[in-house]
Amino acid sequence: MIQLTVNGKQYEVDVLPDMPILWVIRDKLKLTGTKFGCGAAQCGACTVHLDGQGIRSCISPVSRAVGKEIVTIEGLQPSLSKPLMEAWTEIDVPQCGYCQTGQIMAAAILLRENNDPSDQDIDNAMSGNICRCGTYQRIRKAIHLAAELKRSAT
Amino acid sequence: MKNFHFTLFHHTWKVIVCIVLAIASVNLMLPARPTNTNRSSAIAPPATIMPKNNPAADDNEKKREQESKAAFAEAYTVFMHPRCMNCHPSGDVPLQGDDSHQHTQGVKRGPDGKGLYALKCSNCHQSVDLEGEHLPPGHPNWHLPTAARPMIFQGKSPRQLAMSFKDSTFTGFRSIDQLVEHVEHDKLVIHSFTYGTRPPLTHEDFVAKVKEWIDKGAALPDK
Repeated sequence: MIQLTVNGKQYEVDVLPDMPILWVIRDKLKLTGTKFGCGAAQCGACTVHLDGQGIRSCISPVSRAVGKEIVTIEGLQPSLSKPLMEAWTEIDVPQCGYCQTGQIMAAAILLRENNDPSDQDIDNAMSGNICRCGTYQRIRKAIHLAAELKRSAT
Repeated sequence: MKNFHFTLFHHTWKVIVCIVLAIASVNLMLPARPTNTNRSSAIAPPATIMPKNNPAADDNEKKREQESKAAFAEAYTVFMHPRCMNCHPSGDVPLQGDDSHQHTQGVKRGPDGKGLYALKCSNCHQSVDLEGEHLPPGHPNWHLPTAARPMIFQGKSPRQLAMSFKDSTFTGFRSIDQLVEHVEHDKLVIHSFTYGTRPPLTHEDFVAKVKEWIDKGAALPDK
């Protein structure tokens, strides 16, 4: 049995230590907001936060999370999720939507570390998250708006 | 009385002229004295310790220099191998693979060499190598050199790289001996010899070549 903390809740899961975190959160904990994309850390669709860092859950064994805190899209703190959700809705970012969980989890780290990101900062933060629909320009616009909303809320 | 004074003066003048001429003659006959107060450089050393007059010493010095250069040439093949050079790129993007292409995902160095935002090195490069093709190798301290001291290898000739290693502003080391310590004991350096296509020398031989280069004078390669 492996003890996990996910979105502030304690879980005990009966899985092998090398099972990827993505499998555990989707199949065992039924937190299906996080998506499987490539399975090789290439696309960013599976991004979750582990002790605040944006890890690729598809290549991270669940043993990596023992004693640490996992945050998924379902548990993102409101100070980050609220401005991002509002901006994403306002700009109407998603097309198919499959990659957007990973995009938002990556954007949340950018906003946490940089209150007023430039286009270059956004490119540096988001270039690891691939969108096959090509919504990059809207993502960039939405991040600027989310940063503005976050600044005005504090 | 007037004649007496004149005669006395006349003779005194002659005596003074004679003394001056005598002193000048003596000075002309003596060898010039060195103006340099440093005796060691002013006085010629005995022939036995003059390297320029000792062909055997000259030959030995040249031999050591050639051996130093040869040792660096071998170590250079490791420094420029993808397992080493990929983390010493000329830009702020790390390199990947045996063809040293730019790292996918647009990963950047960041100020501390550990990446930026959601693209920090350790997000994917975990504490150990992941099993499976094209999955990230790992080490607990995966990083590039810092932005302030990027330690660029890529694109440097042997001579340029050797000059860089002798420059403490490039390495950040107090002395060149710390370069040996780095290549011998740094865990990330050691890890480079354990995965993927291996560098052309073993770690042990590589360290020996770096040591030999330095022990024999850290000679700069010709090119």
